[in-house]
Amino acid sequence: MKRPRRWADLPRLRHGNPQLLRGLRARLVVGFLVVAAVSALTTALLTYQEARNAILQSSQDTAVNDLRAQVNSLAPELPVPPAQADLDSLRVQLERSGQPRDWDISVRYRGMRDSGAGSTRSNLVMPAAFTSSVEKRHVPVFQRVTRDGSPSLLIGMPVRQTDGKASALSVYAQVPLDDEEANIEALVAAAQRGALPVLVLTVIPALLAARGVLRPVRGLRQAAGRIAEGKLDTRLEVKGADELADLSRTFNDMAARLEESMAELRRLESNARRFAADVSHELRTPLAAMTAVTDVLDEDADSLDPDTASAVRLISQETGKLARMVEDLMEVSRFDAGAAALHLDEVDVAETIRKTLQARAWQKRVTAELPADVRARLDPRRLDVVVANLVGNALHHGGEPVRVRLHSPEPDADRLLIEISDSGPGIDPEVLPHVFERFYKADSARARSEGSGLGLAIAMENVRLHGGVMRAANSPEGGAVFTVDLPLRHGEPAGSAAERAADPPDGPWAGEETADDNRDGTRPEAGEENHI
Amino acid sequence: MPRVLLIEDDAAVRDGVTLALRRRGHEVAAAASGEEGLDVLPGFRPDIVLLDLMLPGKDGFEVCRLIRADRQLPIIMLTARGDDLDVVLGLEAGADDYIIKPARGEVLEARIRAVLRRTALPADGTPAAAEPGPAPVETYGELAIDRAGLVVGKGGQDLALAPSEMKLLLFLSATPGQVFSRQQLLEQVWEHSYHGDARLVDACVMRLRTKIEDTPRSPRYVQTVRGFGYRFGPL
Repeated sequence: MKRPRRWADLPRLRHGNPQLLRGLRARLVVGFLVVAAVSALTTALLTYQEARNAILQSSQDTAVNDLRAQVNSLAPELPVPPAQADLDSLRVQLERSGQPRDWDISVRYRGMRDSGAGSTRSNLVMPAAFTSSVEKRHVPVFQRVTRDGSPSLLIGMPVRQTDGKASALSVYAQVPLDDEEANIEALVAAAQRGALPVLVLTVIPALLAARGVLRPVRGLRQAAGRIAEGKLDTRLEVKGADELADLSRTFNDMAARLEESMAELRRLESNARRFAADVSHELRTPLAAMTAVTDVLDEDADSLDPDTASAVRLISQETGKLARMVEDLMEVSRFDAGAAALHLDEVDVAETIRKTLQARAWQKRVTAELPADVRARLDPRRLDVVVANLVGNALHHGGEPVRVRLHSPEPDADRLLIEISDSGPGIDPEVLPHVFERFYKADSARARSEGSGLGLAIAMENVRLHGGVMRAANSPEGGAVFTVDLPLRHGEPAGSAAERAADPPDGPWAGEETADDNRDGTRPEAGEENHI
Repeated sequence: MPRVLLIEDDAAVRDGVTLALRRRGHEVAAAASGEEGLDVLPGFRPDIVLLDLMLPGKDGFEVCRLIRADRQLPIIMLTARGDDLDVVLGLEAGADDYIIKPARGEVLEARIRAVLRRTALPADGTPAAAEPGPAPVETYGELAIDRAGLVVGKGGQDLALAPSEMKLLLFLSATPGQVFSRQQLLEQVWEHSYHGDARLVDACVMRLRTKIEDTPRSPRYVQTVRGFGYRFGPL
């Protein structure tokens, strides 16, 4: 008996799974990476912003302060109203004083501007809004712009008179911010360079964490697999006190419960089987005594008074039935205990079936189609039981004519098909699935069947023992059809039949062929006094 | 009428079987244990022993071996179907046949008769005893078979063959070279139904080989034909 559900059929989480993100490990690593990347990015971004602001702020503060100091020191010397040349010289002076900053200056007075002579760069262009807020509202302004692809700081500064009143003079400067930009870029580059190793390094704790989770999970999987295989004594090692340890503990509890209940079930089952076997065994002894004397009763019944004669005949008849029933029960017990042995022999199937019919004097009542030369390796006694049972059933419960057909197998086929059909009303479709069940009474009106109620169940077990199947159906023409489907050569790989035919053994008992079904023919153990 | 020694520990079975056999005209001595049976045996001189296998004290196998040690009288085991191991061990211990309990009186009778029939039928079905004139002693290699006298000798020595072994050898050697399936032998030699236990044949062949062959592992007289059965010779 194979369990239908094998662990191997269940989906597995394996590392090396081709489907990405299927495994826990991949998911954990990716999760770690995402977290690491997000945190690294966020840190970098915030750092970058803060640093950039700080750098720019300080540079623009110093630039503005420098300019203001220069203007304050130079502007008082400017004649009012200044001429073009004055403006130019102021510009030059300012530019010179701002040498370290390399700023460009433009000076305006009431719409007049310096000529830009001697300037290395073209005239500064100031946005209109910028100049108007300086010249109309007399407030200093500054603005960061990008000019010619490089960042710079524009500063506009109205010059106040010494008495603090606004004057018409304003000074504009364009301070290049290249150095600051370079500093910031270096910062970004550093952040980038740092992020990659961080991400790579993140994989290590991720893998470690994954292993920490996966090892117990894998252990759990293997343990579950072992339990599925029926090794109920499987237990996990519980380490630590985390959730996985809890899980392992719970698993162990489950396994222990399962083991207990299975053991209990097995115990009950084996007790029930043992009981059935013991009972039949114990019944056998008195039956052996009774059966031995039934013919004495039968012979003498005629000379007794009618009532006693009937009673005696009844006892004799029922003793026979009881003996058969106990025999059937014993047979079922043996099947249940796995102690039913196959004694395989090379036989001519047609002859075997013919002998079965002859032994029960059914040749006249049964039409047999038995092609010659169908040889098979099987247990003739068990086949006899099967065929006798099916034919007997067909005669009792079906209707004559009953037909037995042996299908001649195809040259390379390895199945043996025997069909037993009757001409009765067929089997009720509701009953059909249950016909092979023990003690199943198809006709509930019949208080007791002719046989033990085990016949078909035993036939079925016998067929199964040969590795075959038995089917029950109704034929389209009416009547029930039972099909026995057996391997032609039980327990042999197909194709080797010719070389490995059944042998009577050659040597002393070494070669004795007993159960070829890998079971030793142990007796179901019975009580102490099971001898007869 | 045959004298039957019944060795059976269960009183009811003992009484039942005794009653059934007496009704059929047999003289029956019943023993409740193996030891008792072995004590009764020399005085009673039975023609056949019915031996239950499950006995207290000395079990049936041992009793069977002890009887076989110096007597070749037929022994039938009483066994229960499916106690497969019993059958094999019993046959190995030298029993000639077995009866599955519970058995009706007529079945017991038929088995006893079959084992006691002293003439082995040749393959053509005519009793050897019906052949006119004294049958000559046939010689096959070192084997000398006297069909009429039921004596088998090897190299001048008479062999002690149990009844079933004798019958099997006589049957096979009646048609040297012809192959018989185990089922055929069961029917012909043991008069079992076709669906009897073929291991009866195997066990008997084994025992016969240990007595008549020089090397039982590579038999000369009773040969195995793979996939079909056994044959005598050809030498």
